[in-house]
Amino acid sequence: MPDVQIRKKLTQIEEVFHEGGPLAAHPLRRAAILAVIQNPFAGKYVENIVGFMDDLKPLGLEMARSLINVLGGDAKAVEGYGKGAIVGSAGELEHGALWHVPGGYGMREVLGGAKAIVSSTKKVGGPGTRLDVPITHINASYVRSHFDAMEIGISDAPRADEIVLTLVMTTGARVHARVGGLKASEIKGEDGLR
Amino acid sequence: MKARIRKLVTFLEETHTEMNRPVQPPTRRAAAVAVIENPFAGKYVEDLSELMDIGGELGELLSQRAVAALGIVGSAAESYGKAAAVGENGELEHAAAILHPKLGAPVRRVLGKGAALIPSSKKRGGMGVALDIPLGHKDAAFVRSHFDGMEVRINDAPRANEIMVAIAVTDSGRPLPRVGGLTKQQIKGEDGLH
Repeated sequence: MPDVQIRKKLTQIEEVFHEGGPLAAHPLRRAAILAVIQNPFAGKYVENIVGFMDDLKPLGLEMARSLINVLGGDAKAVEGYGKGAIVGSAGELEHGALWHVPGGYGMREVLGGAKAIVSSTKKVGGPGTRLDVPITHINASYVRSHFDAMEIGISDAPRADEIVLTLVMTTGARVHARVGGLKASEIKGEDGLR
Repeated sequence: MKARIRKLVTFLEETHTEMNRPVQPPTRRAAAVAVIENPFAGKYVEDLSELMDIGGELGELLSQRAVAALGIVGSAAESYGKAAAVGENGELEHAAAILHPKLGAPVRRVLGKGAALIPSSKKRGGMGVALDIPLGHKDAAFVRSHFDGMEVRINDAPRANEIMVAIAVTDSGRPLPRVGGLTKQQIKGEDGLH
């Protein structure tokens, strides 16, 4: 399998103090990291692509560590996560699906065994394509206050033969969460759902 | 602080290769963006001094954040730029009041020097509008390798009554500069141009 070739990286950190309501006691922080890599399968149909998932594992781990670092360095501060991929026009959606395992693995590893499935999205698109990366609670998918999303993108990526890979982490609920549902304080933490 | 900040967003971009050639060391640029309430939205106000003061505050806050994102001391910064996008209930002059009278001095304090004009752009726009922040060398505007730009956008800003203010700082020029002109080694740094 080919090496992972990175053209560029983008880190984006948001701090939300309010959204028209009272100032948050602790501003919500959301961070995304994007890596623009060469798509080794661009321009042709390749049947056996699964080996590339292993090649991507070190990158997944490194990106997850970077996110914790920019969020202050404490993995315990992370409460929500998500992941996504944008495949350039000479690739196929299935190439984006290669990110599911290494992206999820990287985040679980650094978060010490998060239980919930990592919500995700992917698409094929040109340079500047925006992706709304879905976010859910790391230990219980049904925690309603933590359903969120972060829009990401890079003006010059992905080129046709590239893939943009992204991971997202947040430090808490939406800034004025008030639509009820399962609370983070009520998590049982057994099945990853509740 | 006079500015009423809704959110702060930081972007850090690293370019590792271009046209399959390594960029060594990677070029890096950072942008820090504040989304603030426009105190003059929806009405004509003659005296814009409140926004000028806000410009001074944001000059310090955003340049510190951009430098922190790069992980450098201020004096290691090489180029800079600034930009603002005014929501639909404001006027272009509001961006000018923030950017031009008082924002530059604290930026230069944070970066140690800054003999050159800080290149700028401004526009009025809706949420998700792209800001292209122009970049130029901080001590000599004619350094050709450092003419550049950085696009930033935030999907939920500026709202109609908001202003988005951005400062970009780099520790490098373009990835593979080769169009000649004044080089950074030739800087005299006296007149801000050469």
